[in-house]
Amino acid sequence: MSDMSDMTESATTRGRTQHLLYILPVLVFGALAAVIAYFMLSGRDPRLLPSALIDQPAPEFKLPPIEGWEGRKPGLATGDLRGAVTVVNFFASWCVPCLAEHPQIMALSKMEGVRVVGINHKDRPAAAKDWLTRHGDPYARIGADSGRAAIEWGVYGMPETFILDKTGRIRFKHVGVVRRETLKETILPIIRKLRK
Amino acid sequence: MRLLAAILALALSAAAAQAVEPNEILKDPALEQRARAISKKLRCLVCQNQSIDDSDAGLARDLRVLVRERLSAGDSDEAVVRFVVARYGDFVLLRPPVTPATYALWFGPLLLLLLAGIGVVVFLKRRRPEAAPAAAPLDADEKKRLTALLADDGLSR
Repeated sequence: MSDMSDMTESATTRGRTQHLLYILPVLVFGALAAVIAYFMLSGRDPRLLPSALIDQPAPEFKLPPIEGWEGRKPGLATGDLRGAVTVVNFFASWCVPCLAEHPQIMALSKMEGVRVVGINHKDRPAAAKDWLTRHGDPYARIGADSGRAAIEWGVYGMPETFILDKTGRIRFKHVGVVRRETLKETILPIIRKLRK
Repeated sequence: MRLLAAILALALSAAAAQAVEPNEILKDPALEQRARAISKKLRCLVCQNQSIDDSDAGLARDLRVLVRERLSAGDSDEAVVRFVVARYGDFVLLRPPVTPATYALWFGPLLLLLLAGIGVVVFLKRRRPEAAPAAAPLDADEKKRLTALLADDGLSR
């Protein structure tokens, strides 16, 4: 009889350590799920890449004006980006999101102490002119890019928007549509800081 | 059999299909081969899980042309890759470089394998002494009981 009770006792202690082992996969799964949930719920889009050019001087480039628009806006080169806080906006008439952010770019161009320039990416001159006439031209200068300037700037989609400080150094990049909230909550504070 | 041949032909033709357009190809075959090797290592940032060698996206095409231009201008393979990485970051490399930020990626699986190995060794070592002792042979009395049990068909009760 005493033998029996010994056996059951050792069996229960063994059972207890085994139970802990059984729980281990659940714990590991829980930890993994927590990490995944964190990244899913953080609202961070993994397709948006940080720019490799942050805090680097603007790349060397020289773009001609849009054909037939040169009377209104000159082309754009690296040298034009110094001396004031500058917003460089990549846009195209074929890019629908560009139209969505256009009111925000127009608003920026009316602000004091900031220069807005455009890089018209892989566009037909006639279509670009038509687009600017219809929706307004917020840019102080516009360079017409056949694709190479976009690579120099590390651009991988339309639209993308850069903010440069007065020395012509890239300080911020936004990928995709500049929404009203993006403008108010992210871009304007950065411009204010850089203007000082 | 004919179906199999058709499937095989399709699979092979799919493997042969390339995003690289004829007018992009360099005249110098050695240079072209280097360009292809580099292109296979660079990620198309629009599609993100394809190399620029596989992708039909506009940016991929521009990057392919750029790679060929730099090579034609006399750049080394490393210089071309550095040029692209400087603009698009390490993410453009399909094979991530070994840096402190990627240690977990590169060495994590090894660490897990090591831990699993240790776990298996510990498990086996602990189990051995607990292995059941060889069963003692039955004595005469037990044998008799066993025969009786086996003879009992369970219905005669």
